[in-house]
Amino acid sequence: MRDPRGVEANESDQPAVSAGSLTGDGPADGGAPAGSAGEAELTGVGTSGRLPSTATGGDGDHTGKRIVREIMSGSALVSVLAVVVALVIGGLLIAVTDKRVAAASGYFFAEPGNTFAAAWTAVSEAYGALLRGATYDPGARTWLGQLGIFETLTFATPLILAGLAVTIAFRAGLFNIGAQGQIILGATFAGAVGFGLDLPPVIHLLAVIVAGAIGGAIWGGIAGVLKARTGAHEVIVTIMLNYIALSLVLYLLKNQLKAPGSTNPVSPAMKDSAVFPLLLGDNFRLHAGFLLAVVAVVAIAWLLNRSTLGFELRAIGANPSAARTAGMIVSRGYIVVMLISGALAGLAGVAQISGTEKSLDSEVAGSIGFDAITVALLGRSTPWGTFFAALLFGAFKAGGTSMAVNADVSIDIVLVVQSLIVLFIAAPPLIRAMFRLKTPSTRGAGA
Amino acid sequence: MKLELKGITKSFGSLVANDHIDLVVQPGEIHGLLGENGAGKSTLMNVLYGLYEPSSGEILIDDKAVKFSGPADAMAAGIGMVHQHFMLVPVFTVAENVALGKEATGFAGVLDLEQTRKKIRDISAKYGFDVDPDAVVEDLPVGVQQRVEIIKALVRDARILILDEPTAVLTPQETDELISIMRQLKDSGTSLVFITHKLREIKAIADTITVIRRGKMVGTALPSAATTELAALMVGRSVSLALNKADATPGEETFRVRNLTVMDDAGHRLVDDVSFGVGTGEILAIAGVQGNGQTELTEAVLGLHKHVKGSVTLDGRELVGRNVRQVLDAGVGFVPEDRQIDGLVEHFSIAENLILDLYGKAPFSRGSTLNRAAIARHAEAKVVEFDVRTPSASVPVGTLSGGNQQKVVLARELSRPLKLFIASQPTRGVDVGSIEFLHKRIIAERDKGTPVVIVSTELDEVLELADRIAVLYAGALMGIVPGKSSRSLLGLMMAGLTATEAQAQLDASATTAEGELS
Ligand SMILES: Nc1ncnc2c1ncn2[C@@H]1O[C@H](COP(=O)(O)OP(=O)(O)OP(=O)(O)O)[C@@H](O)[C@H]1O
Ligand SMILES: [Mg+2]
Repeated sequence: MRDPRGVEANESDQPAVSAGSLTGDGPADGGAPAGSAGEAELTGVGTSGRLPSTATGGDGDHTGKRIVREIMSGSALVSVLAVVVALVIGGLLIAVTDKRVAAASGYFFAEPGNTFAAAWTAVSEAYGALLRGATYDPGARTWLGQLGIFETLTFATPLILAGLAVTIAFRAGLFNIGAQGQIILGATFAGAVGFGLDLPPVIHLLAVIVAGAIGGAIWGGIAGVLKARTGAHEVIVTIMLNYIALSLVLYLLKNQLKAPGSTNPVSPAMKDSAVFPLLLGDNFRLHAGFLLAVVAVVAIAWLLNRSTLGFELRAIGANPSAARTAGMIVSRGYIVVMLISGALAGLAGVAQISGTEKSLDSEVAGSIGFDAITVALLGRSTPWGTFFAALLFGAFKAGGTSMAVNADVSIDIVLVVQSLIVLFIAAPPLIRAMFRLKTPSTRGAGA
Repeated sequence: MKLELKGITKSFGSLVANDHIDLVVQPGEIHGLLGENGAGKSTLMNVLYGLYEPSSGEILIDDKAVKFSGPADAMAAGIGMVHQHFMLVPVFTVAENVALGKEATGFAGVLDLEQTRKKIRDISAKYGFDVDPDAVVEDLPVGVQQRVEIIKALVRDARILILDEPTAVLTPQETDELISIMRQLKDSGTSLVFITHKLREIKAIADTITVIRRGKMVGTALPSAATTELAALMVGRSVSLALNKADATPGEETFRVRNLTVMDDAGHRLVDDVSFGVGTGEILAIAGVQGNGQTELTEAVLGLHKHVKGSVTLDGRELVGRNVRQVLDAGVGFVPEDRQIDGLVEHFSIAENLILDLYGKAPFSRGSTLNRAAIARHAEAKVVEFDVRTPSASVPVGTLSGGNQQKVVLARELSRPLKLFIASQPTRGVDVGSIEFLHKRIIAERDKGTPVVIVSTELDEVLELADRIAVLYAGALMGIVPGKSSRSLLGLMMAGLTATEAQAQLDASATTAEGELS
């Protein structure tokens, strides 16, 4: 590519590589080197020759855990390549669907060069617009349009927080699919305090933040308690809780939380004292919630890597049997981590309602709770990895509009690229096969 | 089929695990491979099996150079491998596991298991394996799972079979059975590469022995060589195989187990009304065939079991009903039977594993913050003290060789003041030099005045360490006998006779023998 900007779009992900290795995760290590090439993925899963344990509560879902763990701990290279390949395929789609390319391909055999030139133009225009929209566009008319980077940060804010929620749960061995529901609950609690109460300025915002964290923590905690006490699988429970959260907020919006006089299920607006102050004046939407998100990243990085609690959670996540034998209380760990995870997702809800939405409706969580899973996957479930992955997704959102407007490319392309990223991240063997990377190996083969 | 490795070198970063190794396996030969923990035996075999690409060197089969890009290539070339940690899918049946990766399919890709079942039955019949193709793997004893691995290789027409420490997980009977299977395989023309730390086994069955030390080939030996000679060749110094320990001077019985009964969820008795005591400065070894309640007994003491009746006291304090943390805090050091499952977190560094149950204590943490400097210092010291062979203490423990992983567990549990030390299979997979060292450490712990309980299925280890020996059979205590009891007595007790019955039987057979003589 002569125009390198199309590539730069994903450079925001690059630091994730170094940030990842800072957190002391050790080398990438998925399953064990497996019995044979053909059965590599399957056999890696069942290496333990353990007989059914008669000790307290064995994990029935060992196999699934292993697979998810391999996905989550895939190397940074896999993350970067997944993004690159997704962008390349997205580029092909742009080229194929472009009208000028179609026109030029009508006389492809006479003038093949024209088709390629048209394709090149289409793709570079689209990704150029995406990149400029997400960062800096000197040609735009408004301040907001020129400095898209701040829109990127704004979109990234709830993604960072919700991504952290998925990340920390995963590090303790739990797959929290329920960020969506926890965001909704967080936003609902935050909203109830934000438009329902009159408090002095700073205190009001603090109360909103705390309420949001509590709301999310309750929702996460339910899944944690059910997991710890009954062994109910957290994936199932959190999915169910997502539905319950949505129905609950709809019910409340039609009754207790409905704005007076409104016919729609929308709450009153947040009081001025309950919203995040804007960081860059009225021209930009960037709000103090972003600072909260950065603080959360630092805090979670500390918690996971430097604190005794984090040590415990990581041990439980990596090997619950060894953790139990070392005196850790696994069930308590599950509850604690789901409370923290839920609280983080709840804060994402606060970032939504006190940062950008300003009132509660049933769409308050958008697709953040689900994008958060991708973000955590892409960030390889390290706090800083998650941070940079969230920035990338924020950039997709911020730049996607500009791409649609300025390059006349459907915004759905962004969705396609995001989905492809999920696909490639979730199938590291695919990426490894494409680039002939070596299977990450710890040993396990006959130690 | 003749196999030749020429100048194989394999490095992991700066660590050279295999350094120009030459090895020839003749057709129909059983080739023993000896070496210390971390010498590079498994690495060499993984190279041979296509799991690792050698940094240099070549593999020749029947004098033709071959190159493997994965185990599939190696299998196609007739090489099969049974890893120490089995690669079976626990929830699949035997037939499904055997078919995996080489599925015979019928019309429209429908899995044709019948063909596989038939092959399994054929091989079972030929070698007397007694394996049911439809049994689910996780329900099978370890020894049978191992046979499934062997069948897997044979179904793929392996003509060279690599067995990496196959006996480490087997009971003595299972080991004998495996050895006879190996003989049959040899007679039918299969070549075998056999790795073990038990010199007795290798002397019993190997045709030639290659010794590797620190990645280099240091020599070959014949099985007729003396055990001490082999040990010296492996370790590079002379090893004393007999431990000259002083007699115990047991003090007060500070650890007492009274009428301990452990049940599983279904109400079956795993440990049945067991009572014993261990004095300070004394080692009680618990012998028995694997699966007779030893594991559950130790786990119950640690607080890992739900359904426990009876009493366990340490220094007069009741331990039953307490959680693991409280038991550990009461001064118990615990080495679990299976290091990979219960003892270590594979993805954690050596340093982190060395504080797995100490992270909450000074100096490893202050308040809720880990003290990384103290953790690193501790790790450096323990790696040196226990001779853990590793490039650094910050590598994941999973990259260590098996025996070195075991040393990490022992190092952790022996590095704090203890009131009781319980170890299950303390030297499983550990080389002779390190066994000597670890046994000395355990005796030193005893001589400090700690009551020690050792669970071991190795009779050699039991006889070497024990001041007294308790034998469990079907969860019940068959009696406690002195540490110097005879193997035959212990053998009878392990088969379910009480100490007095066993003694009576021995006396009876002794008198008949005498009677015949006179
Ligand atoms: N995947 C890996 N990454 C890094 N180092 C490794 C890896 N595999 C093995 N090693 C190192 O290579 C050396 C040789 O290990 P190997 O497993 O071959 O020893 P071994 O002779 O089989 O020992 P044991 O008898 O204890 O099983 C060890 O120092 C080990 O730490
Ligand atoms: Mg080995």
